[in-house]
Amino acid sequence: MENGKVERKDELEDILQSFSRLANGLIPAFHAIQDRYGYVPKERLPEIARAFNLSQADVYGVLTFYHDFRLEPVGRHVVSVCRAEACQANGSAAVIDRLRRKLGVDFGKTTTDGEVTLLPTYCFGNCACGPSVAVDGKLYGRMSAERVERILHGLGVSA
Amino acid sequence: MRVYVPRDFSACALGADEVARAIEREAGRRGITLELVRNGSRGLYWLEPFVEVERNGERVAYGPVSEEEVESLFDQNFLEGKEHPARQGNPEEIPYLRRQTRLVFRRIGKNDPLSLDEYRKHGGLAGLARALTLSSQQIVEEVTKSGLRGRGGAGFPTGIKWKTTLQAVDDQKYIVCNADEGDSGTFSDRMVIEGDPFLLIEGMTIAGLAVGATEGYVYLRSEYPLARRIFEEALERARAGGILGKDILGSGKSFFLNLYVGAGAYVCGEETSLLESLEGKRGMIRPRPPLPAVHGLWQKPTVVNNVITLASVPGILADGADAYAQLGVGRSKGTLPVQLSGNLRRPGLVEVPFGITLEELLFDYGGGTASGRPLKAIQIGGPLGPYLPSSLFHVTLDYEELAKVRGIVGHGGIVAFDDTVNLGEMARYAMEFCAEESCGKCTPCRIGSTRGMELMDKILSGKKAPGSIQLLVDLCDVMINASLCGLGGMTPFPVLSGLRHFPEDFGYAKEEVEPLLQKV
Repeated sequence: MENGKVERKDELEDILQSFSRLANGLIPAFHAIQDRYGYVPKERLPEIARAFNLSQADVYGVLTFYHDFRLEPVGRHVVSVCRAEACQANGSAAVIDRLRRKLGVDFGKTTTDGEVTLLPTYCFGNCACGPSVAVDGKLYGRMSAERVERILHGLGVSA
Repeated sequence: MRVYVPRDFSACALGADEVARAIEREAGRRGITLELVRNGSRGLYWLEPFVEVERNGERVAYGPVSEEEVESLFDQNFLEGKEHPARQGNPEEIPYLRRQTRLVFRRIGKNDPLSLDEYRKHGGLAGLARALTLSSQQIVEEVTKSGLRGRGGAGFPTGIKWKTTLQAVDDQKYIVCNADEGDSGTFSDRMVIEGDPFLLIEGMTIAGLAVGATEGYVYLRSEYPLARRIFEEALERARAGGILGKDILGSGKSFFLNLYVGAGAYVCGEETSLLESLEGKRGMIRPRPPLPAVHGLWQKPTVVNNVITLASVPGILADGADAYAQLGVGRSKGTLPVQLSGNLRRPGLVEVPFGITLEELLFDYGGGTASGRPLKAIQIGGPLGPYLPSSLFHVTLDYEELAKVRGIVGHGGIVAFDDTVNLGEMARYAMEFCAEESCGKCTPCRIGSTRGMELMDKILSGKKAPGSIQLLVDLCDVMINASLCGLGGMTPFPVLSGLRHFPEDFGYAKEEVEPLLQKV
């Protein structure tokens, strides 16, 4: 700053600063980074590793172990659907089928227009009121192929 | 006048938030003053959103209520308990609820889960108050005497676990609550955290006093965002209210509690994997021994207990171990919050003493299938539990009795399937799930699950490749006996039980598979 160079700290640095104080702060830090950016930017991994005094391999290892964390941006909307037994018993197969067909993508993929990412979930704990689908974090119970199509419609997915 | 609308993840998934807002809006429009309370769910999930009106201490329930119906509720004067198609009468008189023995769930649905005053008024903190008058040894003895066993799935006697940690000598010990409720078909942990969070805080504090631990963590799965918000708020209020921190209820004793959120890994429900994850690492299984009770979190003596186990403790301390041990049968003491789900007319939370038959649970409570078709099979004890046919529904809910028919209590989840299910497909799914969730530490689980999936594809293709069933059984045998933890060790349960009870779903006759199943 003395040379007139303004070193602007961004939010990721703030996150690292607060969580690296904790002995177990890496996973909470990933959550915080993802809440802010939607994913964990790959190019920042060296910085994250330095902050936690870990190797880049360690940091990458933790990140890729957990289903929640992503190294790629997701679509504008995230649709998660439960694949577990209780929802299957209530006909989730038809819901999943409709989602895949309408979106034209498989699990883990984003529609070509970048609008919607489809993710699998293994249980929301909504087993008594399934099939379960979450859209951008909001959970919907007692889903059917028709109801899920209406929700997609609300997101602007047609065809 | 009070109106209760659940703030429960499932109720909200069915529109409870919208119903609550509509009630406030409609009351405002009509100039009616009412107090809206967001309670926990009673667990009568087929009736959610379940709205209750309280006048002069009397309650009348309406459900399921949709946002669109709110106006008609006001029109027909539901605030005075008047008739309406959704009217269910006094909620506590609904047989589903009246016939239960609710200990852990004694308060849930009755009060504002985030009000400490209400918690006290409804009997909360009595267990902690008594624990503060006892020595550590006395608390452990009380829990041992109650016969409480771990409700996460393993069924290990809680008192013995606590005693091991109490006897371990170290400068720091921990209480860790396993709230990574990953089993499909289970939601009782979620309901407790959302519907009575102070109960879990109280139970963990008592556990801390019992073993000499001054610090605790709740490891909560990330799939439960509402539970997280509610529990964070409850922690703040408990700290402010002197239940947590340096001077618990003015006793001079301390207990500090933190919330830690997982990141989507089924295997982290296994306690050693959970501890690794809680230390900020990959959730890889640790071989045992050493036990977490001696070398747990950061290698310190650690009690790891499930939510329901810890939530059972305040009641045991308050009412006495004998009252608890009187309930149940054999070595299965007390009550179990059973979670009914899948294809049932009345899915929900049923807390009953051990000893009830599966039949009573599925038909008297569950009401049979929602589809009206025959109930073909249930999966009991989570995604790694076996599939049981209707010929075994006479078996009682009891750790030992279920084990006799190769069943498990697990975390108390029962998922029902009608006759459209194909158990071969479900067996394949079990292998796929294991392959997806394996931590990769041990070979039987890491490789076995993928090979199992491929093998199931071959079997389900109907080509009857010679020796493939034998190979599947052998693979299951290796996974059961050589895996480091329950994920690889129990994935064969749904597979083998499917094959044993429903061989036709695998394309085989009973006589073809029976000789092969002798050794497993």
